[in-house]
Amino acid sequence: MRKTQREKGLIGKRMPEGKKFFLVSIPFVIFVFAFAYIPLFGWAYAFFDYRPGLSLLDCDFVGFKIFAKILNNKNELIRVMRNTLAMSFIGLLGMPLPVIFAIMLNEIQNSKFRKLVQTTTTLPNFISWIVVFTLAFAMFSSDGLVTNICKALGMDVRNNLLGDNKHVWIFQWALGTWKSLGWGAIIYVASIAGIDAELYDAAHVDGANRWQTIRHITIPGLYPTFFVQMLLQISNMLNNGFEQYFVFYNPLVANKIEVLDYYVFRIGVLTNDYPQSIALGMCKTIISVTLLFTANRLSKKVRGESIV
Amino acid sequence: MRIKKSKGDRIGDFFIYTICILFMIVCIYPFYYVIIYSISDPAQALKGIFLLPRGFSMETYRQLLRTNDIGSAYMVSIARTFFGTLLTIACSSFFAYLVTNQKMYFRKVIYRFVIITMYINAGLIPWYMVMKAYHLQNNFLLYILPGAVNAYYIVLIKTYMESLPKELEESAKIDGAGMFRIYGQIIFPLCKPIIATIGVFSVVGQWNQWTDNYFLVTSAKLQTLQMVLYNYLNQANRFTNMSGNSADAAAIAATITPTSIKMCITVLVVLPIMCVYPFLQRYFVKGIMMGAVKG
Repeated sequence: MRKTQREKGLIGKRMPEGKKFFLVSIPFVIFVFAFAYIPLFGWAYAFFDYRPGLSLLDCDFVGFKIFAKILNNKNELIRVMRNTLAMSFIGLLGMPLPVIFAIMLNEIQNSKFRKLVQTTTTLPNFISWIVVFTLAFAMFSSDGLVTNICKALGMDVRNNLLGDNKHVWIFQWALGTWKSLGWGAIIYVASIAGIDAELYDAAHVDGANRWQTIRHITIPGLYPTFFVQMLLQISNMLNNGFEQYFVFYNPLVANKIEVLDYYVFRIGVLTNDYPQSIALGMCKTIISVTLLFTANRLSKKVRGESIV
Repeated sequence: MRIKKSKGDRIGDFFIYTICILFMIVCIYPFYYVIIYSISDPAQALKGIFLLPRGFSMETYRQLLRTNDIGSAYMVSIARTFFGTLLTIACSSFFAYLVTNQKMYFRKVIYRFVIITMYINAGLIPWYMVMKAYHLQNNFLLYILPGAVNAYYIVLIKTYMESLPKELEESAKIDGAGMFRIYGQIIFPLCKPIIATIGVFSVVGQWNQWTDNYFLVTSAKLQTLQMVLYNYLNQANRFTNMSGNSADAAAIAATITPTSIKMCITVLVVLPIMCVYPFLQRYFVKGIMMGAVKG
């Protein structure tokens, strides 16, 4: 009792610190609300028969009719989902690559060379997909360098890779891997650095060779990081991203390259069907968040640690 | 101590070095190719280029820099990168400072409220409609405002701030410093390493961003460099159409080619990144390592 009085006397009319911090944070909360939460109200349009130009109040409430419409458009939906899941699945299969690359980097004793490799291989991560497209254009277009080399070697290059319908998925995957492999390896390089050095010393004393050390110490040491990355990748299954598929889209590969993110764009912007596009985006976000939280619960159960 | 390598180790080394060198070449060569193409003589370049430029000509660059859209796009890209990064750093770091104070009312609720925005995404069309409603269409503020309070950066900065010794803030408080002063003169300067990291992330992000431009900015004055590159890619003949009279256009068409234009703009777009990137690489690495430690 005496203490509170003394506090009162000392602080006088000054506002409690916690309240002050709270009040100062309000503008930030409003800002975040305006830019990240207000757009969520747009989801309401998925339940109305909306046409651009009208106010939502003038539109008819149609319940889940638009979702039914999406499901009824079976061929298109199946094609888009096939492309989306195919890209995600190939991406999952490619997940060991950055791990292997990180292990290789770790085996390079010359630190200058190691840094050089790391610097050059992470560069592609820092250019936009538009630039990746121009580089790919310079290499793979009908008079690009690689195409010309293939021609000189007598290979059949009537369809250059940019317009090759058969190899769209693997080509897009390769481009994505080119862009992100070096960057993706950094996280594993960091976790290798975190492995207890005593384990390596002990293995050395026991006469383990390089391969045995990698096999029995490094790789098991990377399991937890790999597991987290895999869960994140799985929960991002529906989010292939928009930019890559947008810049590489062309009529020759259209049916193979159209992933969900591109579909949302095409329906919304090119065909101007706002409600359908919004409904699609809404389903995508809800499924992704559900997946993420499921993955998180799984992680908690298996490792006792959450990922988000 | 040097341990003599066994035969198996040497074979392993050879294998590892070969793969690393090959992968390095795959990563770097496209950039190199574009650069040597851009300084080659456009007419000779059509015959094919591999390791060295063919001829030498800066004609395409000269013509490109004469058109006003490249210059203006450079200014817009630099402006959005500079102001966008400044605003993001200021807002995100200050907010992170606020939520590190244990006494803050509703601290957990407010922090979660902001962090959740990392995972929820309203989608393209709702975003588009809202930005339009805020009058950000054809507005420079569209480039810098929406990302000002970034949840991911806040997690990184907050984690870093929590690792700082509490005593500094306590003693400043006893000396009568207010919250803004403690933030500005004590906490922010101590956070320099993490601020540098997110600054670099933000710079690269801003420089490479173009979807906001594509969807909402049609005004010629506000086009970013990335968008100009994209437009040139899709309209090979745009350049010759642009320069007013036809005699001029014919003269230009004789000296430069659509491909040389594309290559030159690509160089103009990636050169800033390539120049600063090797020096900033360590900040990226630090960032991703800290990112692995969740907040």
